Amino acid sequence: MTDTMRQKTDLAAGLDGTSTPITASHRSLWTDVWQQFYTHKGAVVGVCVLAFIVLAVTFGPYIHTIDPQHLDIRAKNQGPSWTHPFGTDNLGRDMLAQVLAGGRTSLAVGVTAMALSLSLGTLIGVLAGYFKILGGPLMRLTDLFLALPILPLLLVAIMLFRDTLRSAFGPETGIFLLIVFIIGITSWMQTARIVRGEVLAIKEREFVLAAHSIGTRQRRIIKRHIFPNVLSPIMVSATLGVAAAIITESALSFLGLGFPSDFPTWGRLLYDGVPFLNITPSRVLWPGLAISLTVLSVNYMGDGLRDALDPRIRGR
Amino acid sequence: MSAVEAISETSPADEVLVSVENLKVHFPVHKGVIRRQVGTIKAVDGVSFDIKRRETLGLVGESGCGKTTTGRAILRLYRVTDGRIVIDGQDITALEGEALRRTRPHMQMVFQDPQACLNPRMTVGSIVAEPIDEHGIVKGREKQDRVEELLSAVGLDPRFANRYPHEFSGGQRQRIGIARALALNPEFIVCDEPIAALDVSIQAQVVNLLEDLQDKFGLTYLFISHDLSMVRHIADRVAVMYLGKVVELASRADLYENPQHPYSKALLSAVPIPNPATEAERKPIILQGDLPSPANPPKGCNFCTRCPIATELCQREEPEWRETQPGQFVACHHA
Repeated sequence: MTDTMRQKTDLAAGLDGTSTPITASHRSLWTDVWQQFYTHKGAVVGVCVLAFIVLAVTFGPYIHTIDPQHLDIRAKNQGPSWTHPFGTDNLGRDMLAQVLAGGRTSLAVGVTAMALSLSLGTLIGVLAGYFKILGGPLMRLTDLFLALPILPLLLVAIMLFRDTLRSAFGPETGIFLLIVFIIGITSWMQTARIVRGEVLAIKEREFVLAAHSIGTRQRRIIKRHIFPNVLSPIMVSATLGVAAAIITESALSFLGLGFPSDFPTWGRLLYDGVPFLNITPSRVLWPGLAISLTVLSVNYMGDGLRDALDPRIRGR
Repeated sequence: MSAVEAISETSPADEVLVSVENLKVHFPVHKGVIRRQVGTIKAVDGVSFDIKRRETLGLVGESGCGKTTTGRAILRLYRVTDGRIVIDGQDITALEGEALRRTRPHMQMVFQDPQACLNPRMTVGSIVAEPIDEHGIVKGREKQDRVEELLSAVGLDPRFANRYPHEFSGGQRQRIGIARALALNPEFIVCDEPIAALDVSIQAQVVNLLEDLQDKFGLTYLFISHDLSMVRHIADRVAVMYLGKVVELASRADLYENPQHPYSKALLSAVPIPNPATEAERKPIILQGDLPSPANPPKGCNFCTRCPIATELCQREEPEWRETQPGQFVACHHA
């Protein structure tokens, strides 16, 4: 809205010849991006929901002060009440406190693992697409990783490294690093393939040739011409990546390979709640809802960000 | 030397800026599982010409005859298979990496498709400033002044520097491309069909702009086009290409009045005449058949498969590149 209004004033200034230079009111890229992002309703709602979830898991435990590990066997399988807003589980632990505590881990794992897999995927994709010599070997490596049976690999990796990492970084940080690393290095392949494909197409465009004829260095061509133009698929990968990472972590916890059983994560709570679906359906509902809302809001945010970063869509 | 002198008539004393000798650009063709090389596309196969300072050399020919490849190879955007390219006394044929990069300011290119040659994610200001950044000529306020100066030079409002390419029309985008090419004060510009993607009404504007800039900055052009009337308007000398080879090279007047190669004759006979009386009399020479594949050019003269006057000699022997009259070179047995 404001964008079109500003363009009108520019036009008016140009017409009456008073020439207030546009270059003076410098349009910074991030102002433009923010304005376009702001017009994307879904993205704004996504940001609000995600902000709420992040704030809740960060500061929630200071308001709702029950220890998530506190057992109160007499108050087991309860429905929602004022003392336990989300009810309790079969050992009488407070569900709200567990969801809040679990959210910290799940979000941290999701975001870190996504960041790792994304940077790995983008790096390999760009290198494989841009440099012809690297293309073959890197893509065969990608195929190799795609062909690896992930679950046995995870089992072996966790068996081998769990104790070493635990002793080096403490039980929780150790297992966190291990899980993030494992998810990261087993989920970069899709991104790499998508990015490579895009890079191959962008590389042949005339503006890249123009950059060569100007004498732009390879590094700068990648940074200035290739990378910004493959940002859209990377953005989409990123938003889907957060969701995939949270869900993979859940699966790992379910198999007993993830965090210890007394350490709640959304995925673990979900799986623990499944046998009690008939007695206390809310045990599955809340962590499930938290995962879904996070994934959905991140997706919408990514959508809005992708549009905002594309100057052709911006301002429409 | 004044611009008028250089443009008026070509004399042997004129200084040669760009010299291309026996340029060959071959692309390997790979096939099969192990990507064995099974042949070569001879996109450019032995092209020689000189371009004098402040001169415009028109390069014409049908689609796929190697015009664009020649232009790009001269700027070393493609790997040269054989031959020699000398620009301003410097042999750039074998330069690589940083050495090649340092010669870039002398030679620039204007591209065919004004839509595709500008990065959609960069503002016009940063597109025009990119060459200046890369060669680190000026910085900060001075750089901004230079960008504004360049945009004004090509007839764009400098206040549009913060806009994106998609906000401009085709003609304006081509001007942005020209401004970028001018940013480094080049001596030599390859114009690769700069008007092919534009409306007829805009074509004249862009061509006139190119001519004005030539006068103003003393530029030398290699003007690649398939629009023969436009080449007649802008070029001082014209080279006609067919299947990777130059078949005729002559001054504009000689070529258009008295073409000697049968291919040039056919090409020129296809130009409509803007006069109904003479247009009705015009007898275009219609060539039979298609352009042969550059992967498998015919033996002898390249043109012998479609030539109306071809004889047995043409199929056997490749014609020599000879001067039929001062300044007019033809590669044909029968010219």
